[in-house]
Order: sequence, then C-alpha cells, then structure tokens
Amino acid sequence: MILLNLLAAPLGLIIWTSIAFIIVLVLLKKLAWKPILNTLQERNDFIDKSLKSAEEAKAQMGQLKSDNEKLLAEARVEREKMLKEARETKESIIADAKKTAASEGERIINSAREEIEKEKAKAMSDIKTQVAALSIDIAEKVLRSELSNKDKQAEIVEEHLKQSQLS
Amino acid sequence: MFQTTENKEFTKVFGLRKILLFGLFFCFVTAFASTEHEEAHDDHAEKEEFNAGEMIMHHIADAHEIHFLTLNAGKENEKHVTVNLPVILIGDGAVKVFSSKHLYHGEALHLEEGHGFAYGNYVMVDEVIYNKEEGGDHGIVRDEAGAIINSKPLDMSITKTVVGLLLSVIILLWIFIAVGKAYKKRGHTQAPKGLQALIEPLVEFAHEQIIIPSVGSREKAAKFTPFLLSVFFFIWIANLLGLMSFLGGYNVMGSMSVTLVLAFFVFVITNINGNKHYWKHIFAPEGVPFAIKLILVPIEALQIFIKPLVLMVRLTANITAGHIIILAFTALIFIFGQTSAVAGYGVGAGSLIFMVFMFFIELLVAFLQAYVFTLLSALYFGSAVEDGHH
Repeated sequence: MILLNLLAAPLGLIIWTSIAFIIVLVLLKKLAWKPILNTLQERNDFIDKSLKSAEEAKAQMGQLKSDNEKLLAEARVEREKMLKEARETKESIIADAKKTAASEGERIINSAREEIEKEKAKAMSDIKTQVAALSIDIAEKVLRSELSNKDKQAEIVEEHLKQSQLS
Repeated sequence: MFQTTENKEFTKVFGLRKILLFGLFFCFVTAFASTEHEEAHDDHAEKEEFNAGEMIMHHIADAHEIHFLTLNAGKENEKHVTVNLPVILIGDGAVKVFSSKHLYHGEALHLEEGHGFAYGNYVMVDEVIYNKEEGGDHGIVRDEAGAIINSKPLDMSITKTVVGLLLSVIILLWIFIAVGKAYKKRGHTQAPKGLQALIEPLVEFAHEQIIIPSVGSREKAAKFTPFLLSVFFFIWIANLLGLMSFLGGYNVMGSMSVTLVLAFFVFVITNINGNKHYWKHIFAPEGVPFAIKLILVPIEALQIFIKPLVLMVRLTANITAGHIIILAFTALIFIFGQTSAVAGYGVGAGSLIFMVFMFFIELLVAFLQAYVFTLLSALYFGSAVEDGHH
C-alpha cells in the first residue's frame, strides 16, 4: 500500500516544490547567475584582450629593437665617416704645413742666394774698383817711367791709336 | 573527483557560524517536535518479524516525521529518536496546524492493512491524511478493492521531503549567493578564491559543456541558462543531501511531486519558446508522404508531453532505485541476523563492502542524473529554438 505513495504526487509537495523552486530561480538568477556569468564573460574578454595586447607589445618591441639596431648601425657609419674625415683633415693639414714649410724654405734660400749674389757682385765691383785703382797706379808709375823717354811716348801713342782703330 | 574536493571544501567552507545557522533551521522545524519519545508499544510486544520490503518503503516514502534511529529495538524500552514535523491541513476553508506527534503518539489504529493513526477529525493511513468519515473501520471507508475512498484535506505539511527540499534550497542559495557576491566583489580582474574557486569550474562545466552545446549556440542558450544552471545544481545538491542518511535520508528527487514540478517547468519553457520551425516540425513535417504523416504527427504531438514525463520518471526512478539498493543491502544483514547472529555478522561484512561500493556509485548517479536532466532539458530547449534548416 505504501508503495503506491511512491508513485503518487501529493499536491502539497507539488505546491511546496513550486514555491521553493521559483524562489530559487528568482534569487539565483539575480544574485548568482548574472554576476557569475557576466564576470566569467568579462574575464574571458579581458584575457583575450590581454593576450592580444601582449602580442602587439611583442611586435612593437621587435620593431623597436630593429629600429635601435638601425640607429646603432647608422651611428657606427657616422663614426667611421667622422674618423675618416679627421684623418683626412690631419693629413691635409700636415701636407699643407709641409708645402708651406718647403716654399718658405725655398724663398729663404732664394733670398739668401740673391743676397749672396748681391754681396758677390758688390765684392766683385769692389775688387774691380781696387784693381782699376791699382792698375791706374801701376800704369801711372809705368807711364812716369816710360814718359821719361821720348821714343817710348810716341810708341805708346801709336799703339793706342792702333788699338782704338781696331776696336 | 568532484566529490572528494567538494567534501574537503565543505568542511572548510561551512564554518561554525554556518553550522549554527543550520541549527537555527532545525530549531524552526523542531518547534513542533519532541525529539525523543517512548513508543506506545502494547500490541507488538512479542518479537516482530523483520519485513525488508516494509523497512525499505518506510525509508523511501515521505513521512510527517524525521526518523533518525531506533534505540533498544524490539525490547520493552524501545525508543525512537525522531523529529516531529508540523502538519498543515487545509480543508473546508480552514487551515489547521499541529505537530505530527499528535498523530504518531495519539490514537494508534489497528488496521488490517497499513499503519493508521487518528487525531481529531483526521485519520492518517500510511502517511496519507484523510478526513474522518462516519461509519467504516475507525472512520476509514474503503471500496470493494480495499482502497480508501475518504475525502482528503489539502496536506501542506512540512513533511520529511519538504524539509529535505528546503534544506537543499537553503544550501543551494547559500552557496551560490555567496559565490555571486564574491564575483561582484572581486570582479573579473582577480582570480577566484575559496568557495568561488570550487564552484567556478562546476558552473563553467555546466555552462560550456552541457548547456551551450545542447541548446546550439551561446546566444540562444543565454535565455535558458539561469533555469538550467538552477536545475542542475538543485538536483545535484538534493541528491547529495539524500545520500547523507544520517541527516534523515531525504528522498527529494525520488519524489514524483518534485520531479513533476521540474519537468513541468521544462515543458512550459520548451513550448513557450517553440518557434515556427519547432511547431512545423511537429504538425507539418516536410517531405513526408501523407500516409506516414497520419502516423507521425500524432506521435510527434505526443512527444511534447512524453519528453518531460520521461525526464520526471527517469530522475525519480534512478534516485529511488539507488536508495532501495543501499537499503536492500542493509536489510540483508537483518534478514540473516534473524536466523543466526553469526550469519548476520558474516553477511554484514559482505554487505558493508557492497554498500560502500554502492554509495560511490550513488555519488556518481547523484551527479549523473543532474547532468542528464540538464542535458535533455537543454536539448529540448535547443529543438524549440532551432533555426529551420536540417
């Protein structure tokens, strides 16, 4: 007999269950499922977004790294160029200096040479003058001695005439 | 695996404060009750034959008291440790409320068939309360087949099953409102913690593995998700509560009334949401010859009712069967124990192993039935909102 009770669905229990279950539905929908499912969804979106932005950051990092390398390479090239220029400048300065020194030296040598020539010429003219004076002196002495003799005088005049004719 | 972690968490989660609140709930119930009493045991003082069937049915069926244990069974000073529950009867425009102790310890009726008690204008035979009628045996009128034809008041009593139901609801609300609060508080930027971390994978599992694939898509499932999640956890918790026999052995999901309500909700939600395609599929299937339509359409139309009915019967039968098996193994011990004590102990050892085994099976079934009910409900909802292409 009691077995039949198992299969029966007494109305009282149906009403109790309905009340209890509707309360459960209303309360859980508002206080549990909404916050839980919303938060789970938000978290999923957040994770997706975070992963995506991490990926982007990684790409940006790569970009930055390659940029840096490019900059570094450029700097290296720049340095090389500057070093080269400096070397060239140095060399040109040295060359200029050498050139200037050489020309200066030459000028000094030249002027010295000219001076020497001038002194030489002066000395020569001095010598010439002295030689001439000496010659005149000698010639005077000779003439004095020669002119004491009349024959000798005529001879000399003759000779001079010849000479001047010849010249 | 779910069970072990859950049990561990349960001891952690349900701290002293919550246990006290449980106590409070029981105080409410026992306001009507006396916890211990001496049975008026005059007529069956002589040794009673152990009746396995009756014992099992008594444990499974609903009652107006919670029977925890019997002390000194079969002896002069036999004691039953029980909680008497409030009886609420509505009839003839009046509500009558009294403790069930008036029935159980009032006038015991000696009937040919079933256990009978009488109190005031009411008689209770095998836990069903009738109005006392003039004439008949102890105010009980039977037809030729022996069925009682007394009129009945509406029995809104807080029976054992109602207590189990309310306990399940309280635990359910307790857990999930706390978890909902935790989600509100911690938001999506903080990792789940404590009870929230225990519940989250379960909710995710039910949502992602059962509901969404069965209904069809996330968007379509959104409307049904609150109901389906509620049903899933309600059934599961009620089933687990039913397995804790020391609490009184509630058979909530083994009661037709409870599963009937759940199935009725499924029926209503399915048919309210049924789209053009759903109804067309039932009443005007395409590409089917007329002769076959004559057979097919009535079957399809009947399916509208059969599907929820099957849900109802499956859940009730499975849970009740599980309880019966465990109780049967228990009964086995007493049956053999009656012939000889040695046989009783021997069989007891064997039975115990089977009972532990069955208990684990029942833990699985508790989850499985919640799973199956939710899955099939979701499938029915899915068929109701399916887009028209096959």
